[in-house]
Amino acid sequence: MSIETSAIGTLIIILVMAGVTLATRWGGIFVMSFVPIGRRVQQFIGAMSGSVLVALLAPLAVNGDGGARLALLATAATMLLLKQPLPAIAAGIATAALSRQLL
Amino acid sequence: MTSKPATAYALDRHEVWLGFKQLLPISLFVVIFGLAFGLAATQSGLDGASIVIMSTLVFAGASQFAALDLWGAQVPLIPLAITVFAVNARHLLMGATLYPWLRHLPPARRYGVMLVVTDASWAMSIQAFGRGESGMGLLLGGGIALWLAWILGSWLGLHFGNAIHDPVSLGLDMVMGCFMLAMAISGPKNLRMFAIWTVAACSSLLAYWYLPENSHVVVGALAGGVLGAVWMEKKP
Repeated sequence: MSIETSAIGTLIIILVMAGVTLATRWGGIFVMSFVPIGRRVQQFIGAMSGSVLVALLAPLAVNGDGGARLALLATAATMLLLKQPLPAIAAGIATAALSRQLL
Repeated sequence: MTSKPATAYALDRHEVWLGFKQLLPISLFVVIFGLAFGLAATQSGLDGASIVIMSTLVFAGASQFAALDLWGAQVPLIPLAITVFAVNARHLLMGATLYPWLRHLPPARRYGVMLVVTDASWAMSIQAFGRGESGMGLLLGGGIALWLAWILGSWLGLHFGNAIHDPVSLGLDMVMGCFMLAMAISGPKNLRMFAIWTVAACSSLLAYWYLPENSHVVVGALAGGVLGAVWMEKKP
């Protein structure tokens, strides 16, 4: 089923996108309201929250260009050294920009 | 981690304002992302009003960019819905990870806060909750800051999109990646977490290579979560 991108068609498409996205924002807590939060579920949730970040990053680190990888390295090193997110992010972006200009 | 009284996790206006301010620096980068989206959307043939309405109602950058790939004189609705769902499925996991704290709120507020949940505010607030602080202000106030930044950026992109010729050469595509990594590193570091991260990273990569597009975040996160449920922390 295709929709023409007329004025009303575009609005319908946007509303479908918004509805699907809202379902993802609400679905997680909705489902969890039926799950008793025992210790094992807590441990699952705790492990999952770190894993979401790592799972987002892994393809970026492996498939990214040299600039992307160096940026992640710089962020990791700065973060371990200073334990402050903003300098770590700034170092990462600066490294990506520099390496892409120079290499 | 859920033993505190419910009042510790209530929403208060001051805390929401603090959260708003704490996410302002990263919001500046989100404005630039939004700008890039506004420009790309214009080039795909969307009109200005639709772009701003989309950013306001959808507020999920990666899925909006993915939608542009399917944009034309006609848009296939079902493939679009599936793509948007797959790209945004990580919100399901974010909601689940927040539930132990959000359940202390009345349902209307609980679902209200989730309206503006997004990667950066979720990451900050889940870290705060993990440290035993309230992340509620970060989640709502920070979410609102990022939402406004996204709308503002998309609108700016309509008019000034050409101001930034090549965001990639400036390293701007790495903002979210570096932010996520900084958040991951600021969490607890021990052998158990390291094992969980390894499993999450490897299964994410396998899914990225061999499973349908956009499934890697969910697969990696669930795999890490399962290991965490099997290898539990020692009781405090």
